[in-house]
Amino acid sequence: MRVLVVEDSEATRAFVRAVLESLPGDEDMEVVEASGGFEALRLLPRGPYDLVISDINMPDINGLELLNFIRKSPLHQKTQVLLMSTQAAAKDRDRGMALGANAYLTKPFSPEGLRDALRSLTLGTA
Amino acid sequence: MADPTDKVREEFFSEAQELVENLSRGLLALDELQSSGTDDPAAVNETFRAVHTLKGLAGIFGAKSMGTISHRLEDVLDCLRLGRLPLTRDLLDVLFQAVEVYWQILAHEKDRSQKEPPGIETILQRLQAFGSSDAPVALTDEFEFEISLLSVLTEYEEHRLRSCVEQGLNLFRVRVAFELATIDKDLEEIKNKAKPLGEVITYLPTGESSSLDSLELDLLLASNFAIADLAGTLGGPNVAISAVPRRHVAAKPSPRDEPFEASMVHETSHPGVASLPVQAHEASMAPAAVMRSVSQSVRVDIRKLDALMNAVGELSIVKGVLGRIGERIRSEGNRQLGAELQRLQRTFDRRLSELQSGILEVRMVPLSQVFDRLTRVVRQIGRDVGKEIQLVITGGDTEIDKLIVEELSDPLMHIVRNAIDHGIESADKRRGLGKPEAGTIALNAFQKGNHVVLEVEDDGGGVNEQSLIDRAVTLSQISLDEARGLTRQEVLNLVFLPGLSTRDRAGDYSGRGVGMDVVKTNISKLGGVIDLQSERHIGTKITVTLPVTLAIVSALLIRIAGRTFAMPLTSVSEALSFEDSMAQPIDGRETMTLRGATLPLCRLDRFFQFDVTKPSRRRFVVVANMGVRRLGLVVDDLLGQQDIVIKALGRSLKSVTGFSGATELGDQRVALVLDVSAIIEEVLAGSESREAREVREVRHA
Repeated sequence: MRVLVVEDSEATRAFVRAVLESLPGDEDMEVVEASGGFEALRLLPRGPYDLVISDINMPDINGLELLNFIRKSPLHQKTQVLLMSTQAAAKDRDRGMALGANAYLTKPFSPEGLRDALRSLTLGTA
Repeated sequence: MADPTDKVREEFFSEAQELVENLSRGLLALDELQSSGTDDPAAVNETFRAVHTLKGLAGIFGAKSMGTISHRLEDVLDCLRLGRLPLTRDLLDVLFQAVEVYWQILAHEKDRSQKEPPGIETILQRLQAFGSSDAPVALTDEFEFEISLLSVLTEYEEHRLRSCVEQGLNLFRVRVAFELATIDKDLEEIKNKAKPLGEVITYLPTGESSSLDSLELDLLLASNFAIADLAGTLGGPNVAISAVPRRHVAAKPSPRDEPFEASMVHETSHPGVASLPVQAHEASMAPAAVMRSVSQSVRVDIRKLDALMNAVGELSIVKGVLGRIGERIRSEGNRQLGAELQRLQRTFDRRLSELQSGILEVRMVPLSQVFDRLTRVVRQIGRDVGKEIQLVITGGDTEIDKLIVEELSDPLMHIVRNAIDHGIESADKRRGLGKPEAGTIALNAFQKGNHVVLEVEDDGGGVNEQSLIDRAVTLSQISLDEARGLTRQEVLNLVFLPGLSTRDRAGDYSGRGVGMDVVKTNISKLGGVIDLQSERHIGTKITVTLPVTLAIVSALLIRIAGRTFAMPLTSVSEALSFEDSMAQPIDGRETMTLRGATLPLCRLDRFFQFDVTKPSRRRFVVVANMGVRRLGLVVDDLLGQQDIVIKALGRSLKSVTGFSGATELGDQRVALVLDVSAIIEEVLAGSESREAREVREVRHA
């Protein structure tokens, strides 16, 4: 499975990566990190990715715009998108779901919380 | 499964620290904006983002109190950025206080054995008081947006959009096609160009890029400039600008619109994009300042760089060996092979020094890292002691070794606290003296050869020399006789003796049991020297001179009893030739006269108890100094100067006084590095004051 993690906090990225790489039963997990929307846009054409995990609140290009881009991209028709943001950003979450996000995760989250969210996605069927 | 958080906990600290520093910088910017009555939404948003990320980190890494504070702080900053809360002095005070609490929490998180810092409850309550919940302003439907545009904006971006529309700004779409290879630089360039024109609300990927190597973005720009002006500044071959049409065109026309030819302005009636092709304007295409994007820099543990530096040290030994093998081959008659080896060795040499300077460069960080922290402290202390302080910083971009920067903040903090607490007079007194009411502290940094010079200069009352002398005598640091013989500079240098403080009652800030002697010790640990100049009623200037890096030091190689030693040049002031006849015993101590002053001597061969079978006739004395203390070290020979990498001593030698480390000289020889300050300490211990020595002798008797 190829996953793109878009998040401007390096530590959070490392955390997500660590959880992803510790998932059982996926030997060829490939995690690609982007430190923001632009880097993600640059990496997306090298896809497709099975899953994009993205923060919403990022400078410049936000997670919603990124999601919108992914939904319009023919290359990423089967890509699942998991958005992350804080509790305060309820409105942003609603917009994300309306734009076609597959799951939403409230920050901060535990390794278990992230694993649960991943399980809720129908990964591997893509 | 192992908890993934363990692996990345180090990452957490370094990022959290960076974020708190960003927050602090952001707040300082806000402070300035608040004072000048201006507004910068981007600056507010920066601080919000720092706290927002901190909160996320705190949650993930289980830093509870950091999470709680971040949560409240985020609420307050959210209100601030969404315009529901005004930026006031009081609010800023609480925000600055929060930064202090963050530092305490981070220290606590790092070392959980310490108890939870106090002040968390207080800050939470104070933050709570600012919680506000005015309803946001209603969205004005003035422009013909596509629905899809609004749906991808975050709440904050929508708020900014609204606020810009309310200010009567016009909206433009700036469509830019970026080459992926140069997008970072190009984007930075266009951002810088757009900044003076207005506010970029968001960047929308159009998803319509024609090739895999390019990316098309719409910048949503709010501006009160006319489209022709925008075209003039932002224009380029890959840029198209269109205005987002207003529903009521008559409403609030931009004042700058009229003078321009109507034909230049394409106000499209379609919400989509109609391009206005723009010629490249050479003048406006001047390269904008290139800022390094986050993704291009890496964080490295300084210990890894130390390891690399060590490896370079090892390689230079290999280099020496190669050289000798080359010579042997040549002397054995194989000239061609010898010459080839020599060529190879020269290349190796060049690359090695490139590698060495490359690593050194990576270790360098700008001094602004410390200066930013100082700015915060100055602001805080100034407010607390009720003195208005103007801090003028120059040379914040001067670079110095990361390790030095870390060790520098405490001493500098102390010097600055001293300046505010003892140096700068009260406003009343200053007025009486005809000085401006606000005191000024200048913080200057610049590079001077292999050293970085830091000056802390205040325009306060200066050092009271007489009270310094009185105090030094009272504390038996010097005798009355000695006091009479002191030059002015020597009097000022008394400040650096332990226990000297010109005030009986220690101030709240500087009197925390740390004196200038500790500052001096800390600076000399970094291989630096500290100097003080002061004029009564005019001010005090403290100059700290530091080596640029600790990784490599310039050393004087000396010979004692047939052995080679290295002495860091930072502690050497001069060297002269010496003959036994020059030594005169005074008070049972060997001394010599140097330009009319008495210089105590230490024969290093005796100090280290070497067997001296054949003492050399002509010898040298190296004058070592540590502030006011000077000592002449008698050595057999001077071998020259060399840059050395100091390595730590093994356990067996660590307890031996007089050595700070060892170094390899590049020819497979190892030399011990003299710990000059320890030698001076040991030799001169107790000798500053006759009284003190007498006391000791009485005790021995």
